[in-house]
Amino acid sequence: MSVELDVFVGNNTIMDEDVYQLWLDGHAVSDAVRLRMESGALRDCVVSVEVVQSDTMDQFRTFQMCEKLLQSPAKLANQLLFQIPPHKQAMMIERYYQFDNAFAREVLGKKLSKGMKKDLDDISSKTGIGIKSCRRQFDNFKRVFKVVEELKGPLVDNVRHHFLLSDSLAKDYAAIVFFANSRFETGKRKLQYLSFQDFAFCAGQLISYWTIGAVGYSVMEDMDVDLEKEFLHNLKDLKVLINDKDMLDQHKSLVCAQLRGKIKVFNEMEANFKNLSRALVNIAAKLTHTKDVRDLFIDLVEKFIEPCRSDRWSVGDLRLFLTHYTSSAHMLETFRFEPIWDRYMGVIKSCILKMYHD
Amino acid sequence: MPGKLKAKIVAGRHLPVMDRASDLTDAFVEVKFGNTTFKTDVYPKSLNPQWNSEWFKFEVDDEDLQDEPLQITVLDHDTYSANDAIGKVYIDIDPLLCSEAATVISGWFPIYDTIHGIRGEINVLVKVDLFNDLNRFRQSSCGVKFFCTTSIPRCYRAIMVHGFVEELVVNEDPEYQWIDRIRTPRASNEARQRLISLMSGELQRKIGLKVLEMGGNAVVGYLQCFDLEGESGLVVRAIGTACTLEKLSNPQPPNAAAQHTTANSSPSKDLKEPVFGEECPPNPLSSGPSTPLRAPGFSFSPSKSYSRQSSSSDTDISLTPKTDTRHEAPRATFFLCPSSPLLLLPSDMAPPLPSSSSATLLTPCPLGPEGEPASLPSLEALSELAMLRKSVSFSEDLLLAASGMGSGGSGGKDAGPLKTLLRQQTQTALEQREFPFFTLTSFPPGFLLHVGGVVSARSVKLLDRIHNPDEPETRDAWWEELRQEIKSHAKALGCHAVIGYSESTSICEEVCILSAAGTAAVLSCRLLQDGCLDLVTEHRLSRQPALFPSGSDRVEFDLGSSGSLGRDVSKALLPVCQSARLDYSRIGLDWNQLAASLEAQVASGSQRTAERTGERCEDLAPPGCGFCHIPYDELNMPFPAQLSYCYCCRRAKVPDVLFTTIDLPTDANITGKGCLIQARLCRLKKKGQGEGNATCISSLLPFMEYELHTQLLNKLKLRAMNALFGLRIQISVGENMLVGLASATGVYLSALPSPGGIQIAGKTPGDLSYEQHMSNMQRKINDTINKNRELYHVNPPEAVEELIGSPIPEIRQRSRLFRSHSESSDELSELDLSHGKKDAFVLEIDDTDAVEDIHSLLTDAPTPPGFFSCNTEVMPGINNWTSGLQMFTSVRVFRLSNANLTNQGLNKIFNELCENLLKSLYFKLRSMVPCCLCHLNFAVAVPEDELIQVAVTAVAMSFHRDQIQDSNKSGEDRAPMKVITENEEQLQFPLELSADTTSPQGHNTAKNSGPSDGSTGGLGGRAPSVDYSSFADRCSSWIEQLRVKAHTIRRGSIKTTSSTDRASPLPEGRSRSLRSTRSFPGSSSVTVVKMTPLSFIPGAKITKYLGIINMFFIRETTSLREEGGVSGFLHSFIAEVFAMVRAHVAALGGNAVVSYSMKECVFMENPNKNQAQCLINVSGDAVIFTRETDLEVSSYTQPQTNANTQSNNETNEDTPA
Repeated sequence: MSVELDVFVGNNTIMDEDVYQLWLDGHAVSDAVRLRMESGALRDCVVSVEVVQSDTMDQFRTFQMCEKLLQSPAKLANQLLFQIPPHKQAMMIERYYQFDNAFAREVLGKKLSKGMKKDLDDISSKTGIGIKSCRRQFDNFKRVFKVVEELKGPLVDNVRHHFLLSDSLAKDYAAIVFFANSRFETGKRKLQYLSFQDFAFCAGQLISYWTIGAVGYSVMEDMDVDLEKEFLHNLKDLKVLINDKDMLDQHKSLVCAQLRGKIKVFNEMEANFKNLSRALVNIAAKLTHTKDVRDLFIDLVEKFIEPCRSDRWSVGDLRLFLTHYTSSAHMLETFRFEPIWDRYMGVIKSCILKMYHD
Repeated sequence: MPGKLKAKIVAGRHLPVMDRASDLTDAFVEVKFGNTTFKTDVYPKSLNPQWNSEWFKFEVDDEDLQDEPLQITVLDHDTYSANDAIGKVYIDIDPLLCSEAATVISGWFPIYDTIHGIRGEINVLVKVDLFNDLNRFRQSSCGVKFFCTTSIPRCYRAIMVHGFVEELVVNEDPEYQWIDRIRTPRASNEARQRLISLMSGELQRKIGLKVLEMGGNAVVGYLQCFDLEGESGLVVRAIGTACTLEKLSNPQPPNAAAQHTTANSSPSKDLKEPVFGEECPPNPLSSGPSTPLRAPGFSFSPSKSYSRQSSSSDTDISLTPKTDTRHEAPRATFFLCPSSPLLLLPSDMAPPLPSSSSATLLTPCPLGPEGEPASLPSLEALSELAMLRKSVSFSEDLLLAASGMGSGGSGGKDAGPLKTLLRQQTQTALEQREFPFFTLTSFPPGFLLHVGGVVSARSVKLLDRIHNPDEPETRDAWWEELRQEIKSHAKALGCHAVIGYSESTSICEEVCILSAAGTAAVLSCRLLQDGCLDLVTEHRLSRQPALFPSGSDRVEFDLGSSGSLGRDVSKALLPVCQSARLDYSRIGLDWNQLAASLEAQVASGSQRTAERTGERCEDLAPPGCGFCHIPYDELNMPFPAQLSYCYCCRRAKVPDVLFTTIDLPTDANITGKGCLIQARLCRLKKKGQGEGNATCISSLLPFMEYELHTQLLNKLKLRAMNALFGLRIQISVGENMLVGLASATGVYLSALPSPGGIQIAGKTPGDLSYEQHMSNMQRKINDTINKNRELYHVNPPEAVEELIGSPIPEIRQRSRLFRSHSESSDELSELDLSHGKKDAFVLEIDDTDAVEDIHSLLTDAPTPPGFFSCNTEVMPGINNWTSGLQMFTSVRVFRLSNANLTNQGLNKIFNELCENLLKSLYFKLRSMVPCCLCHLNFAVAVPEDELIQVAVTAVAMSFHRDQIQDSNKSGEDRAPMKVITENEEQLQFPLELSADTTSPQGHNTAKNSGPSDGSTGGLGGRAPSVDYSSFADRCSSWIEQLRVKAHTIRRGSIKTTSSTDRASPLPEGRSRSLRSTRSFPGSSSVTVVKMTPLSFIPGAKITKYLGIINMFFIRETTSLREEGGVSGFLHSFIAEVFAMVRAHVAALGGNAVVSYSMKECVFMENPNKNQAQCLINVSGDAVIFTRETDLEVSSYTQPQTNANTQSNNETNEDTPA
């Protein structure tokens, strides 16, 4: 005797969030059944494996049928096939687009192409995330990227509107899209210590301050997937800070005056000031080249963060330094690029602070 | 008569990609009605086209409007090749033809393709302009309303119940036509869908015609079925109950039909007055000669001539005289009815509506408890009087009533000529109604007088090709035969009507089992009228008396009919067990007879006198138990049954078990809660062909029925219950087996004796280990019974017997013998041997089979905590539903891998299948706990050799847990089936509520101090404290009502628990409303459509019925694996069907489907070819409901003071909330 067919359809689609998660995690039905039986969530009810099996199968099937709709979440709200209360819909969408930071970290900055798919197996085995789940996450990235890439207006809003995601998730997706679009280098060994959230934060900064959308152009006009070309070009002007010897000295003395007695690593800072300043300004000046834009993070780490770390700067010291380093430039009489400087340093400062950890 | 149908195609969305190159679609739409087709422009390169077409207008006959669906086809334009069809939408425009239903159909419809399923949606607008029809020979029946609901729909009241209507149309199945070999599966499926749509349209139209001819305007309990007879054709048949309904103008006043609660409390205040006063003054409340009140004729109109083929105008003509009589000389007769109760009743029982004339009638008759001889002549005299005065033409109800009284009272045959006349009239009247059948399962209060028991008939037929589709006589004759048999069974039970009637078929190859089943019953015509009259204007003044059918009338009829009908019929008694008649073509089996033969009993003649006197002083039949009183004559019982005095009123005899197909009457007295009881059975049979096969099947049938019955009875006893409601027995035929499934809801009717335990007895005593085994088993059984008692709160009032000291036999001494079934064919002949006294209900174990049986009896897993289940509308004993509602369909197909199965093995498998299915349901729905699965409807089929298919449709409804305990505390649920809806409705009428206090129970106890005190007396003692606590609450104005209540009861110093039942749901209602708003925050762009197999939505009020939903879909696939196998395929199909039902309801402007059912789910697969096909037929009533919360608020605020209540009450009726 065997069950040939076993179906349960409710007028309101019944779903168990735990089972949904198991499905999202890419478990096979048998695994999911085992996990459910072990999880203890079912301890209250006396049920046989068959019953759990049947329920799991059924829900997995439902999810599978919903998947097409989840891929364009706007459809979920006005489709007629499943009657799902709005809050459940929101939950389903949010969970479907949720991703593992570990996975996102691996994919970050890479081109979301088909070729990538082959690497998914590696990522899966490396991160321990189920291959099915990896595929779903990757496809989500790709789908969001494809839709948002060509859209005008604020990136985060676009993601949020088109995929009905929560604010924080939309921001994460914006970061992924942004990284994928600009192809920032994140895979180097020296960058391995950085988490996805570190990068996402930096991406948020870049999107907020360095793109066209950031400076208040008409929202309709352009998108903020790309950094503002003009701004990057103008960054070259900052070179004066290191090229002009007087200015460099003056800058140094101003910073030193501010920081004396306030930071522990004052001596190291004093000794290293010119190198650090040069590093930051050079990074800025190089950003006109796409290649160097990609290397922004590796440059920051190699040229700035690592030296500081080897001198055992504390985060607090670093923050003070960067604050005064930025503000002191305003006191330089001959320095005329304050707006650009602030725009540049604001982002760099918060990025560095975020990235400055072990 | 022409009508103009207009359709507009607005837009599409989510269309599938039809052009791979562009990933887009060039869609256009064809709109077809009849033979006319319109097209929209092509909307190029879009998956969300905006056609915004002009109005396409079709000028058509209304006959076509009824028959044809509007057919909308979405296509992809292709320049070079043929246009590809994307999918279709069929829109049934019938709802638009009814003025009260929807006015426009507008909304998004899923575009459906039989191969691909739903492919996007289309937005359509449809309107109909109808011209008035003056042609009396018309073929159309526009405007007749159809309801699947098997009770009077919630926002209507019944003016008249005309009776049974049936129709059947036959056609060739396109699937089996030659052309099917050359056309695509899609074309074939679509042809079939269209044909069935046409046929059901035609069927509905024809039934509508019959209804119009009968003078009705609606069909209630409309049940339409398809028989896919394969080669021999396709039959669409329908039955229903023709009614004249009137819409309640104001949605607020309690619908007399639906509002059972008010009905419970029948004896109203002014009715009570005389009880305490010595004399019976003419009722001061009734205004003058109130004849007109009664006048609107609530008669059963003769329906015989409507039984078939109304389409021919001959019938028309033959009918006219009859209908005319009804119309011309209508309601003069009515005097008899109101006066009749007076005649037999002690004077203190003033009739609810003493019209001036009836008052005069009253004076001459020196009535009192002297007894019938005195009352009888006067009755006749009076009726004569009345008739003379009004020159009566007999309407049937009158006849019924009169005859009932006449013969019932007549101890001797000394009736005058009038009586003979009456009797003759009755007989003709009864005969005129060829089939006094009602598809309804619940009735307006007071309508149902007595229930005899289940009557069923089956017949095995060999299908042959239907040669002439226009004359389906054979199929007709088959059903006719069956109905006749049912009718005769009912007669044998002393009943003149069959209620809860349904018909079904099971087809395998060329063999077809036709089944019909119902519940034999005695109905009150008059009480129906009463129940309906509540809103007649005059009644506002004398509202209570009019609203509540007085129990006295009921008793009167009770007495009458049980006397006369029973006796008359007994002469023509059928053999005790009809199943003995085993010719292959017909199997008739009377369940009651079976029941009776299983339960041996001794009818003690000595009790007769006692009963007589009991009857005589019986002034009020408590509505809670009246229906249990036997309708047949005790001395000439149609079958041996064990009778005892009603445990509620002690005045009439009741059987010890009662099986019915109806819902539990809302005013029934029950103890504890009910539960689902299923009997499951498989029987192997040899494969066969033709007549041999049919003979084989028909010889198996009675044994199956017998065994199912045995199982049901055992399981009932195991749960310590004594009655089954909603019994549905299905026997499905397959090639090599028969599968039987009987489902019912068991309850403990307080009126019936407590079921004894089960004792098992071995046949071979002496063997020690065997004995031990037996005692082991016995202990298990006892444990189970005790556990079940606790689980269902079945605590029969044991004290009753001591209190009473009546001549009623001790329960424990009741004699029963039960033989567990064995295959021996002499079983049936042995049945009669079961007479005689034995000490307990004995299960004899004579072979291993029996052991198995008992084991299986015990293996029924108990429902998990927090769950209840039933197959009736609502769970007896639960009345505090929340708005949590989940309708579902679950289908399972089992493959029996081992071909060499025995019957026992097969049974076990089938049993497990059902149990596992239930377990799965409980697990699935565990988040709704505490919850009850209501209307659990199982459908079994044997689609192939080794496959068993079980489909379940039900609704899970959650309820408030705390209240259960409450009701437990109060011990006896007086009116347990009240649904929140009704409670709240009731609160609109505080005065009524106050009147409720004099509800029958209290009434009885007050009056009949002494022997009949019984259980109610005990209850009265407990109640005051409960009452107190509710006083202490003082949370809202309903307290005022309680106060009124308390005031009214003071005299009798009796308080029934009903007040707590009624009062308590209210605070709950509040919290529930909170919950309901919480559960759906925000609104989606798609209307949420609730679906339920029940006729109501808890916590909500149905404000409008929009029309019947009756849809038939076929889905086929040639890529089964790709669609997720059979489960994936069926899963998505069922989801699609739901979606399409919801879309149609939403387009009609509705937000719910009630009385939803899946009539058919035929699934066929061919995994080798990677193919599967499935047919689903669903139906229901589209409605608009509003949450009760708004209404609640108004009801809180309204009656502030006692003084105001009355006026508020009055105004309330006029102003809609």
